[in-house]
Amino acid sequence: MAQKKLGKQTLQFGSAPVILSKASVVGPKEGQGPLGSYFDLALQDNLDNQKSWEMSEQKIMQHSIELALEKAGLVPDDLDLYLAGDLLNQIISSNYTARFLSTSFLGLYGACSTLVEGLAVGSLLLDGEYADTVGVSASSHHDTAERQLRFPTELGVQRPPSAQWTVTGAGSYILTKAGSLLKIPQVTIGKIVDKGVSDSNDMGTAMAAAALDTIKVHLQDTGNKMEDYDLIITGDLGLLGLNVLKELLKHENLPTDNVSDCGIMIYAPDQDTHSGGSGCGCSAVVLCYLLDQMLKNKYKKIFLVGTGALLSPTSIFQGESIPCIAHGAVIEK
Amino acid sequence: MNDVGERIKQIETRMLERTKTLKSYESQQKPVQDNSVWDNLNMEMQIDHQKVLLWEAEAVQQDKQLFRELREKIEKQQTLAHDLVTLSYTKKTKHLAPPKTIAKNVVLAFLVGGTITTIGQVILNLYTNGGLMEKEAAAATSASLIFLGALLTGIGIYDKIGSFAGAGSLVPITGFANSIVSSALEYKREGFLYGVGAKIFTISGPVILYGTVVSMVVGLIYYFVR
Amino acid sequence: MESLIKAFVLGGLICVVGQFIIDLTPFNITPAHVLVGYVTGGGILSALGVYKILIDWGGAGATVPLSGFGHTLVQGAIEGVKKKGILGALGGGLEATAIGIAAAIVFGLVVATIFNPKG
Repeated sequence: MAQKKLGKQTLQFGSAPVILSKASVVGPKEGQGPLGSYFDLALQDNLDNQKSWEMSEQKIMQHSIELALEKAGLVPDDLDLYLAGDLLNQIISSNYTARFLSTSFLGLYGACSTLVEGLAVGSLLLDGEYADTVGVSASSHHDTAERQLRFPTELGVQRPPSAQWTVTGAGSYILTKAGSLLKIPQVTIGKIVDKGVSDSNDMGTAMAAAALDTIKVHLQDTGNKMEDYDLIITGDLGLLGLNVLKELLKHENLPTDNVSDCGIMIYAPDQDTHSGGSGCGCSAVVLCYLLDQMLKNKYKKIFLVGTGALLSPTSIFQGESIPCIAHGAVIEK
Repeated sequence: MNDVGERIKQIETRMLERTKTLKSYESQQKPVQDNSVWDNLNMEMQIDHQKVLLWEAEAVQQDKQLFRELREKIEKQQTLAHDLVTLSYTKKTKHLAPPKTIAKNVVLAFLVGGTITTIGQVILNLYTNGGLMEKEAAAATSASLIFLGALLTGIGIYDKIGSFAGAGSLVPITGFANSIVSSALEYKREGFLYGVGAKIFTISGPVILYGTVVSMVVGLIYYFVR
Repeated sequence: MESLIKAFVLGGLICVVGQFIIDLTPFNITPAHVLVGYVTGGGILSALGVYKILIDWGGAGATVPLSGFGHTLVQGAIEGVKKKGILGALGGGLEATAIGIAAAIVFGLVVATIFNPKG
């Protein structure tokens, strides 16, 4: 019997890894949003003087990990391992970023759940004593995602109200064993949940079921209650997805007062994003803000649920339903 | 190892049980719950599936075909179960979808669409007054509007119009131009051959294809019934 | 002036039909669906002789929407049959719309050369 496993899907760390430093780089729209002042850097425009949007995305990811390292007083060589993921085909932004760091690298793909997936894998490596310092990054870019998954960016197309806006942003975190107040004591690894939603403009509804599954399993595994957390935050269901999740929680007789979503926090309602933000970068940068709030004692214990819609451009055209996943990480001070 | 017939029968008995259960969900319109009963049902199918798959892999000659048929039956059952999940989840969540702003969309589509066609009429009148024949004037008008649509796409305005005008800016020929130019622009960074060249008709290609096919069919019908 | 008002009303109405198709059908309607629908729909209405009536009333209100493109294609094919027989059925449509298609391709290439996508 695995000794560090709680229940079915939750992993409990013997010595809880800590988040030593964090950094976020965002696009112009996110910089103008309500959390704009909490991000380390905001681009003037989405291209940021690069040759292509893909290069621009790679740069923001690189800049975020560089900032996180520098803030911690570390150099790339100090990393035992680097974990990163993004939305592009073959997670190309991460691959190029890792090239600059020249450290052991594992690429991750979990769509919007990538960051939590990274935090979970990183914590495992630390607790298993396979590493002393691990870097984790996740990024997304509105225009690269748009052209890969939907239409050319200049096509005059109307977005339905349920559509989410892919965040331009990258967040990086340095995990280590001691030296910070922010601990990750437990993670809950999700399973694929597919409720048959096939509309790529309604990923919130598709992912809400995965979020519910992970939250329920987490509570069962740990014996915790919803109220034990100051905040249960999903990343990123968007407005519609959060409503669906709350409805589903009500069916299960679970309280919903402390449930919120990264995709809703990152944009103001007048920024015309319809259902809110999405993409690996969304929870990756919003977590920076949340950790700041934790250091300011606004929250003591949060449960971050990264939700990924694991679709591909091919699966959309073939009309297949969207497989979704949600990973949860407890972060406490 | 039991003989083939017995093994198949064993699986089929379980399948029959499951079919009954699934039917009861289907007919009573009972919502499929996220509970252990439902999870176990799915797991049972998966376990049967992998069992039969190994039998199929190890079997020889006609037996292989028998196991294959059995496996496909289990797969059908799995699909049915997933369809039931889809149905019940849609039922649970459909009412939460934000209402589409149809009235506003329709008004905007009317105004923007009307404006574009009116501009077309102004250009058409100019060409006809300038002495062009009806057909030439119409073709010149199309070309002019296509130029306008292309230009507005290039300077990054047409997608902004489209985001609120919907069909109002999509249906006029300027929308056709937008679909061509936006594809060409978007793939410029992949080069002029495999980028612009190969992708320029991504969205408009089907239009030319099916438009031409319809015209040929009509032409052929006309040829034979004339 | 009257021609302008008629063009506005008819053009607007034709676009409204498209908006209803996008908003009221349960399927995920993309721009390509709408454009293809209009070209083929316009072509069929043209073959039935209906589209000519719309153009006679609304002028550019009926020719500027993409259904007008379908009309031109179909009339071109019919025209072609009259002039060249069966070969005209094959080539007439593209012949009649050659200017529009060529314009779109050339402008597309020129714009792609000069400008960059803004996102």
